[in-house]
Amino acid sequence: MNVKCDRCEEPAEVHEIDVSKGVQVHLCREHALEAGFQLPETPPVTKLLSDLASMQVQISSGGTSEPRHRGCETCGTTFGQFRKTGLLGCPACYGTFAKQLESVIGRSQNGATAHVGRVPDQAADLVDQQALRRSILDEIDRAVASEQYERAARLRDRLQTIAEEGES
Amino acid sequence: MKLERGGPWIESAGPDGDVIVSCRARLARNLAGFPFVNRASDGERREILRLIRSLDLAERPMQWLDMQDLKAGERQRLLERHLVSRPFTEADIPRGVAIGDGERLSVMVNEEDHLRMQVLLPGCELEEAWRQVSQVDHRLERSVDLATHPRWGYLTACPTNVGTAVRFSVMAHLPGLRLTNEIERLRRAANALDLAVRGFYGEGSESTGDFYQVSNQVTLGISEADLLGHFMTVVVPRIVEYERMARRMMLDRNRLLLEDRVHRALGVLRSARLLSVDEAMKHLSRIRLGVSLGLLENIPLGIVQRLFLEVQSGHLRQANNDLPSTTEVLNREMDDEPLRQRRADVVRIALGG
Repeated sequence: MNVKCDRCEEPAEVHEIDVSKGVQVHLCREHALEAGFQLPETPPVTKLLSDLASMQVQISSGGTSEPRHRGCETCGTTFGQFRKTGLLGCPACYGTFAKQLESVIGRSQNGATAHVGRVPDQAADLVDQQALRRSILDEIDRAVASEQYERAARLRDRLQTIAEEGES
Repeated sequence: MKLERGGPWIESAGPDGDVIVSCRARLARNLAGFPFVNRASDGERREILRLIRSLDLAERPMQWLDMQDLKAGERQRLLERHLVSRPFTEADIPRGVAIGDGERLSVMVNEEDHLRMQVLLPGCELEEAWRQVSQVDHRLERSVDLATHPRWGYLTACPTNVGTAVRFSVMAHLPGLRLTNEIERLRRAANALDLAVRGFYGEGSESTGDFYQVSNQVTLGISEADLLGHFMTVVVPRIVEYERMARRMMLDRNRLLLEDRVHRALGVLRSARLLSVDEAMKHLSRIRLGVSLGLLENIPLGIVQRLFLEVQSGHLRQANNDLPSTTEVLNREMDDEPLRQRRADVVRIALGG
């Protein structure tokens, strides 16, 4: 639709149609403001882009059939909030955002994939021994690759200790 | 609030004290069953504070300070003594700090994590600092459940601190590298070793007085013992050696110029009637260099170390109740004329001007 303003030659931005009287009013931005219409601010490009992005997400997920991920069930933190502050809301967030955090942590930790080191006395029993063994094996590979043989030897000792503890 | 006259880092120099002023081992810990500090309600934050306050974290009783009860100037003094971080002085939530063992030990409660526990020692004694902070950690874990994860280790509010959640750091005085324009190379070398180089008051602060804080960035996939070993056998010896080499080079090639700089600094500090904190730190740094190299024989290192603390705004204001008080001493613009005059007086008298 390319209608001109009723009062000048500019393209009209506001179109008011009074159905009962059959009257149409077309005004450019300037004359619409003059006539007392409240016009929305032009949304910034970033807003448009993010709106577009969220629209596409809705379309691709088939509209309302699947609710979108709302955030951490324990504390309510959303991934958007985390991205803004860099801080998680509670320990459970590590489970909620497990996938995204994997890359965040990997990048900040020089590619390390699992904890090596002390754990609280009580928590020691809870540690998933298999996961720990796998991560130590990974670390040994990395240590050998970077010629840190002493460290690799210490890690092997650790592996041995864990195996013995598991048997006893 | 009553604090001792000095702090561990201004005592007589420790091992490698010509270069390494102090060292620190810090642990971040969070309680299981609570949101992290940024997401907790004030009620929960108070509960965390109450809970931790009820524990015996050290053998001897510690002094507990409720940050919300302290005046801005008192909070500033804690920052100047490296007992708390800058964000901790500025936040407006229930939070407190426990100080023990002659200011060697401090435990911040409700900083970014529920607990930030540090042991700060003079010179390079990182193993001892680690041993002491570990003891506090053991006492803590015997009393409360900590937030941990089978794969990520100790959980922290910022996911880049997970794993051991340990931060080892040394405060290095590097006037030699600064004067020979080698600091940038040090920074690059540090980055290659996954180390962060920061200023005198940690993250976001400037390297005033040629002090640089060097700390590990990686906390995952390397045990505390291995990281400590790396610091003691690679990181610290390299920094110390590099700085000493720069100092020797200046002495060998340009002794006169170096002596001129050191004595000029002494001249300024013995004569000035107004001193800004930056100017004071800059000249004190050169005097510290001169004393370390034996160019200034009559000035004990202890006096210079003490002055680094006494020229800070919070300490000057405390020592002089007649100075106009302000609620916002953190603001550099508040370094007004009476304060600069008082700073010049303190330095001039201490250095026999």
